[in-house]
Amino acid sequence: MLGLAFTPNYTMENNIINILKDRILVLDGAMGTMIQRYKLEEEDFRNEALKNHSHPLKGNNDLLSITKPEIIKEIHAKYYEAGADIAETNTFSGTTIAQADYGLEHLVYDLNYQSAKIAREVAEEFTKREPNKPRFVAGAIGPTNRTCSISPDVNDPGYRATSYDELVTAYKQQAKALIDGGVDILLVETIFDTLNAKAALFAIEEVFDEIGKELPIMVSGTITDASGRTLTGQTTEAFLISVSHVPLLSIGLNCALGAKELRPYLQVLSKESEFLISAHPNAGLPNEFGQYDETPEQMAAQIEVFLKEGLINIIGGCCGTTPPHIKAIAEVAAKYQPRVANQLSILA
Amino acid sequence: MSTTLPPLRLSGLEPLIITRDSIFVNIGERTNVTGSAKFLKLIKEDNYEEALSVALEQVRGGAQIIDINMDEGMLDGEKAMVRFLNLIASEPEISRVPVMIDSSKWHIIEAGLKCVQGKCIVNSISLKAGEAEFIAQAKKVKRYGAAVIVMAFDEVGQADSYERRVEICERSYRILVDVVKFPPQDIIFDPNIFPVGTGIEEHRNNALDFFRGTKWIRENLPGAHVSGGVSNVSFSFRGNNAVREAMHSAFLYHAIKHGMDMGIVNPSMLEIYDDIPKELLERVEDVLLNRREDATERLLEYAENVKSKGKAEVKSEEWRNGTVEERLSHALVKGIIEYIDVDAEEARQKYTPTLKVIEGPLMDGMNVVGDLFGEGKMFLPQVVKSARVMKKAVAYLLPFLEAEKIASGDTSKNAGKILLATVKGDVHDIGKNIVGVVLACNNFEIIDIGVMVPCDKILEIAIKENVDIIGLSGLITPSLDEMVYVAKEMQRLNFKIPLLIGGATTSRIHTAVKVDPVYDGPVIHVLDASKGVPVASNLLSEDLKANYIIDVKKEYADMREVYANRKEDKNYITYAEARANKFVANFTTYTPATPSFLGNKYFSNYDLAEIRKYIDWTPFFQTWMLQGKYPKIFENETIGKEAKKLFDDANAMLDLIIAENWLQANGVVGLYPANSVDDDTIEIYKDDSRTEVIKTFHNLRQQGKKGSNLPNISLTDFIAPKESGVKDYLGFFAVTTGQGIETKLAEFKKDHDDYSDIMLKAIADRLAEAFAELMHEKVRKELWGYTPNELLSEEELIKETYQGIRPAPGYPACPDHTEKPPMFDLLDVTAQTGIILTESNAMYPASAVSGMYYAHPDAKYFGLGKIGKDQMIAYAQRKNMELATLERWLSQNVNYEV
Repeated sequence: MLGLAFTPNYTMENNIINILKDRILVLDGAMGTMIQRYKLEEEDFRNEALKNHSHPLKGNNDLLSITKPEIIKEIHAKYYEAGADIAETNTFSGTTIAQADYGLEHLVYDLNYQSAKIAREVAEEFTKREPNKPRFVAGAIGPTNRTCSISPDVNDPGYRATSYDELVTAYKQQAKALIDGGVDILLVETIFDTLNAKAALFAIEEVFDEIGKELPIMVSGTITDASGRTLTGQTTEAFLISVSHVPLLSIGLNCALGAKELRPYLQVLSKESEFLISAHPNAGLPNEFGQYDETPEQMAAQIEVFLKEGLINIIGGCCGTTPPHIKAIAEVAAKYQPRVANQLSILA
Repeated sequence: MSTTLPPLRLSGLEPLIITRDSIFVNIGERTNVTGSAKFLKLIKEDNYEEALSVALEQVRGGAQIIDINMDEGMLDGEKAMVRFLNLIASEPEISRVPVMIDSSKWHIIEAGLKCVQGKCIVNSISLKAGEAEFIAQAKKVKRYGAAVIVMAFDEVGQADSYERRVEICERSYRILVDVVKFPPQDIIFDPNIFPVGTGIEEHRNNALDFFRGTKWIRENLPGAHVSGGVSNVSFSFRGNNAVREAMHSAFLYHAIKHGMDMGIVNPSMLEIYDDIPKELLERVEDVLLNRREDATERLLEYAENVKSKGKAEVKSEEWRNGTVEERLSHALVKGIIEYIDVDAEEARQKYTPTLKVIEGPLMDGMNVVGDLFGEGKMFLPQVVKSARVMKKAVAYLLPFLEAEKIASGDTSKNAGKILLATVKGDVHDIGKNIVGVVLACNNFEIIDIGVMVPCDKILEIAIKENVDIIGLSGLITPSLDEMVYVAKEMQRLNFKIPLLIGGATTSRIHTAVKVDPVYDGPVIHVLDASKGVPVASNLLSEDLKANYIIDVKKEYADMREVYANRKEDKNYITYAEARANKFVANFTTYTPATPSFLGNKYFSNYDLAEIRKYIDWTPFFQTWMLQGKYPKIFENETIGKEAKKLFDDANAMLDLIIAENWLQANGVVGLYPANSVDDDTIEIYKDDSRTEVIKTFHNLRQQGKKGSNLPNISLTDFIAPKESGVKDYLGFFAVTTGQGIETKLAEFKKDHDDYSDIMLKAIADRLAEAFAELMHEKVRKELWGYTPNELLSEEELIKETYQGIRPAPGYPACPDHTEKPPMFDLLDVTAQTGIILTESNAMYPASAVSGMYYAHPDAKYFGLGKIGKDQMIAYAQRKNMELATLERWLSQNVNYEV
């Protein structure tokens, strides 16, 4: 065994766990950054059915899986080509809560299902081409645009714009559609409010119960700044403890920070966690125009530092990263052994 | 297997890891409505802000987890739990620690689980309702990501023996681990802490069985933890904190040794194990460990001895090994009373004559007390306790002294003899008693002749006892005149001895302007108890006396001159101008509410426990000369500790007052149709037809010259004018919490227990004010009901942020005490509540409050200030009273020489 404290009851054919024992797996890079390059307009986000939809839809990237599936497939393909083992579905905002902004709650199932399906197709294609490097699909589950732990109303700190129950309902729908669409993994990511993430995990376990099978779950939190805490105030370790009741494939961090800034918190996770460790940092910190200008080489060099330290099992990129970044990261990742999940200091 | 299990890992904003080697984890218990009356009140009143500060205080006080419980019949527990947890989430200093969601109702637990981002603890689940429910709930807890407390409870009942604890815990554990796959390290057992020392045979092994059960759990159920609510164990010793604290720490000591690794503990109810007096510890452990047949009896016996004494007194008995002089000094400084007779007797045998005991070791001890007090190292409550010891010692020695005096014919002299009295018509004496105690501590002989003492009696006793100083005290304004009268009489009768003036209503300026000129002897205002000693010492010192008196006389003469000059600068307008510049209250958009009843409503024997919740403690500390706002005062570096002790003593006494019905609370509220006429008079009507006037009340109007746009206010302005046609109302009240106080005071007097005497009076005063506050709220919300939905916190109540006011005759807005008799008449106060009015219209018992309710939203408190003769003449006419009489009553308020 890999040293996993829990062995989830996976039924998938490609045993990702066995592969993770041998090498560091590479996650893809940013979806949004790539989509921007296509300079899409409002009509690209509409199909026949949405021709007369009341809300403006430009910017609802998840919708492209339905209206422009070829673009999304092309992006997945570019990342797989660059060396990614795992592609994330184009479903970061695929919940009724997030889609409410566009009045598209009714499309949530389709959107997730289609996103999963097209990513699956590209993955199959690559796996067929390179059977010794099977490609996986991770169903991306974002944080939604509401927080369950913070009041948006400064005058009423007890108020909440959403509830645990509402989140569970929304996440269940998303998780079910992603699984139906054929993902290999579920990735709860960019967690700035642990309570939202706990609701997502609760929903996922409910779905597992209902369908009678389980997929590996990756969890990835977001440390907002140098305070080392999540937006809702938890330290990295408190965050880890708060989601450790679920047998996870991996726990990790993504977004907000570049690789260099993320390192100390990855060290905490690596030291304390019984799960595998993932990281998909941004391409540095944004410049004054909000753009990420860390080059692939710069980023890979920083990542190499903690790969060398043996902190990582799964590595990829978040905001501002592109196929060349992933290519550079995949090249350094190939040079190092994966982290061996420790039998933990906590046993001391 | 058991050695490789991970620890219990919890989180708030920060992690809390509980390993096998962790020291005992302390769970805060004050955010629990079932355990804290204060917290319950805050939640009931929707005062979440204050409730949060309770949580914060606990975290700051070292609680590593906070237990939150909202199980109360009158509360929507689910809503309260959700709201409180949501609010905690935005308080990082609180939410850094994990929470324990505590409820006997699953739906409240589940609602709570949906609010916390960290890994919390559920408190609790059990096999009480069978395996199916237990499994279902455990699965949910696991899915929500929480640890769990499992009560040792099954379908048959609570585990009350070692065997049952083992049986239920093992069964629960196996189900959790084998069926639910619950992480074993996340299981915490609560194997039931039951009271010991109850006198019931079956309870003898309660603690022992808990210890053994705990040990078994820790040895046989890998990973599992043990917790419990510690205060239960001492349940039968409620009211005796010294014993309870010892029981808690001894219990914890053994429980921890047996493997209990967390618990719900009130840190302030915990003695340090090593500091528990040996004898007490032995008896406590005899009970806990069921070591001897008569263990409970022996602990009870000990408890009787230490009853109602704080922690300090039983801390260490080592001082008993010192010399008799050291012991007497220690007893005096620490205020320890139980050995004083023994020690006084030992000293008496050593010293001859007996007087030497007093002049020697006792006075030496009191000098230490006096010095420490003077240096601010001791505080009034401690000094009063010391005085109690001194008095007791002297009382013990007195018969011997008398016998020796007779034998020798000696009339020895101490520092001086001071007569103290509260003047005629006044009943307030807390301050006077404190002055007496402090002076007595400094070797003055005090002759305290009580309250409501007429002038002739004061002077008669002064002559008979040949006193060196007379001290007069008073709280209400008419007492000022009475003091002037006493001074005049002293002049007439050729007295030469110093006259001291003190009390809340007195002032240096009044003494200088009104009292000093009428008496040729020394007259000195004494601001508070701490000033009494230097003043008296100076006055009686052969060396200092002459100069001191000249200095004071000169000082007062200067003050009179400054006062006379300043007075002329003050500008007044005529009464007619003042009335023209009245405050015009809005009666167009504001319609007075109709009261739920008209006439009087009486309340007899009102629940003191309810009244207690309304106590404003800040003035209580002021009474004891501890300055600071409650509860912040406890954090004060210098006086915080003493304030806390005093507060604990007060609450212990309050417990007894309530449990043993020392005091009776009576009150009356009257609500009447009312309208104002001729600007300054209020007519009270028999009923809402407003045809028959049954009483009139008269108010005075500010007459000082005001800045532009500022009105000259009278209370009458807050009542709708008759011609407006608006149906307005005026309310009245009188409440007392002083009925029955005399019996207890007599007991204290017999014991020479000034501390309890002052304490009881101070508490009774607070209760009376609290009762008035409570009644006012009741009036606003229900009896009159003009703000039925008002929701105020304790603090807002104290700050009086509610609508409407309750001015009392004799206070700044309406300084005329003669308005009280018609009010008492209207409400039939004396017959119905037992409050009587003295000739100065002071209320007796002193712990009483009366006043009027004005409901208008613009109604506010103000000071009348000085008024002119034109208003006084009109006022006398309206009231149909002699001008001269009213001038005497209002001598502090007229702007002219009478």
